Amino acid sequence: MIWNEEFECMPAAEMKKLQSERLKKLASYVYSNCPIYRDKFDKIGIKPDSIRTIDDIQKLPFTTKIDMRDNYPYGLFSADQKVVKEIHVSSGTTGNPTLVGYTKDDIKLWGEVMARSLACAGAEPGDTVQNAYGYGLFTGGLGVHYGALEMGLRVIPMSSGQTQRQLKIMQDFKPKLITCTPSYALYMAEEAKDMGIDPKNGNWKIGVFGAEPWTEKMRGEIEAAWNMLATDIYGLSEIIGPGVAQECPHKDGLHIYSDVFYPEIIDPDSGEPVKEGQDGELVITTLTKQAIPLIRYRTRDVVSIQYEKCKCGRTSPRISKIKGRTDDMIVVRGINVFPSQIEHVLLGIDGTEPHYQIIVDRQQHQLDEVEVLVEVNSKIFSDEVKKLEALKRKIQKEISVVLSISAKISLVEPKTIERSMGKAKRVIDKRQM
Amino acid sequence: MKIKQISIFLENRKGRLYDVCSLLGTKNVNIRALNVAETESFGILRIVVDKPDAAVKSLGEAGIIARITDVIAVEVTDKPGGLAEILRVLADEDVNIEYMYGFVEKSSDKALMVFRFDDADKAAAILKRNNISIVNEQGVREL
Repeated sequence: MIWNEEFECMPAAEMKKLQSERLKKLASYVYSNCPIYRDKFDKIGIKPDSIRTIDDIQKLPFTTKIDMRDNYPYGLFSADQKVVKEIHVSSGTTGNPTLVGYTKDDIKLWGEVMARSLACAGAEPGDTVQNAYGYGLFTGGLGVHYGALEMGLRVIPMSSGQTQRQLKIMQDFKPKLITCTPSYALYMAEEAKDMGIDPKNGNWKIGVFGAEPWTEKMRGEIEAAWNMLATDIYGLSEIIGPGVAQECPHKDGLHIYSDVFYPEIIDPDSGEPVKEGQDGELVITTLTKQAIPLIRYRTRDVVSIQYEKCKCGRTSPRISKIKGRTDDMIVVRGINVFPSQIEHVLLGIDGTEPHYQIIVDRQQHQLDEVEVLVEVNSKIFSDEVKKLEALKRKIQKEISVVLSISAKISLVEPKTIERSMGKAKRVIDKRQM
Repeated sequence: MKIKQISIFLENRKGRLYDVCSLLGTKNVNIRALNVAETESFGILRIVVDKPDAAVKSLGEAGIIARITDVIAVEVTDKPGGLAEILRVLADEDVNIEYMYGFVEKSSDKALMVFRFDDADKAAAILKRNNISIVNEQGVREL
């Protein structure tokens, strides 16, 4: 079903008018309420009243993750913390995490776009959804939860992990929808077989999978293992969390809710728009958010876009699956990891040098595993095993504190980490997706 | 009293031990005692050699992480209970052994063991007080 026909099927001209109105309001809202944006506008000599149509968006400055870090925690907020009702935190590039906040209306918007997404995947009011995205500071769990409530689904707020219990609950309460990361869906199917459960036999029909990039090959494997439709959902906490874009059963791109999240695809180097259908960096402007509205946020995700009306009836533009990144971020078990964070951890430990390499691997139908190679130097080397083991544990613990992932630490001899063109290769991604 | 042990970091990779030993061989350094502590992903090679300073220099030039650690070489009577007797003294005096291993050669009719203590000076004094003989650098070179 189409949850909100008015906005999801709006004719192009009308949509442009709506977007233009919203952008005008947004420009003046952030200019009046957020000193950081006022400075950004002033620096390039633009006033909110020079924004007349949505096409004027190109006059506005970009916003980056660096802006979020440098103005941590509240600098980019346009609303007072008194009206912020919920905050979420995700990883930053170094040091400060990324903080986002929601007013009451923002939470309502989140429920709305997630309801659109669940409906777009094929949910109907009254269906049951098992939500295996993590609840907590991560936006995945609560985002899906709000959407499910909004559209009148029965939610099993399972959260991530506890696979055996997950499968038992799935058998007992027969959800029609399952929401989790795609790699976890494959892992669960494997675990089910070990428990003597055939994942093909169940009430489940639709999977809403996201929070990490995945391939058509993985889709094929998930659909075969679970006998379900596997759809892709896109989102990022800076914009709202999950619910920025979602595939319909035609699986021909993810419908992006352009009435509230205005997309542009740009050349990451020049900042200029690329032609329709060409790959570029996705840039999103949150047209109606209140707490921390962002103007032209550089997602660093590489996609292409098409504006043609979809067979499902929606007129909303469709973005491709994520084709890559314009930075060195990797996604591990749904968690965003920047190599710079690991570097930061190592610099904070006495004696260690930032000579490291991250190896990400995923065995067939298993979860991601992270190994961090750290070069030993004469300062940290000891003739006693226990001291080196203690150092390994310390690095592991610090990484877990910063990134919430458990990494295997391996000490390696100096200069064994491959240096290409004088610059070390920081990430080796061996995952087969 | 104390002798110099060279501790070397080794990744668990094929041929690493060979690389180190062959390098020392070409530098005409003779290994007197050797021990490898191994973990899942790395090992620590500990050796006592006749020319420790030259050995550390060559290893450093080859980019191998090595450091000198003070250890004590203790003469152990080569008969049943010989080692136990020394361990008893150490236990009675509350001296903790980090690790220990044997020499390749014997000095006269006694076996030689390398002991690594937290506090080498204190341990040496205690051993001497208990009439347990310790071999010095000179003694190691002359083996």
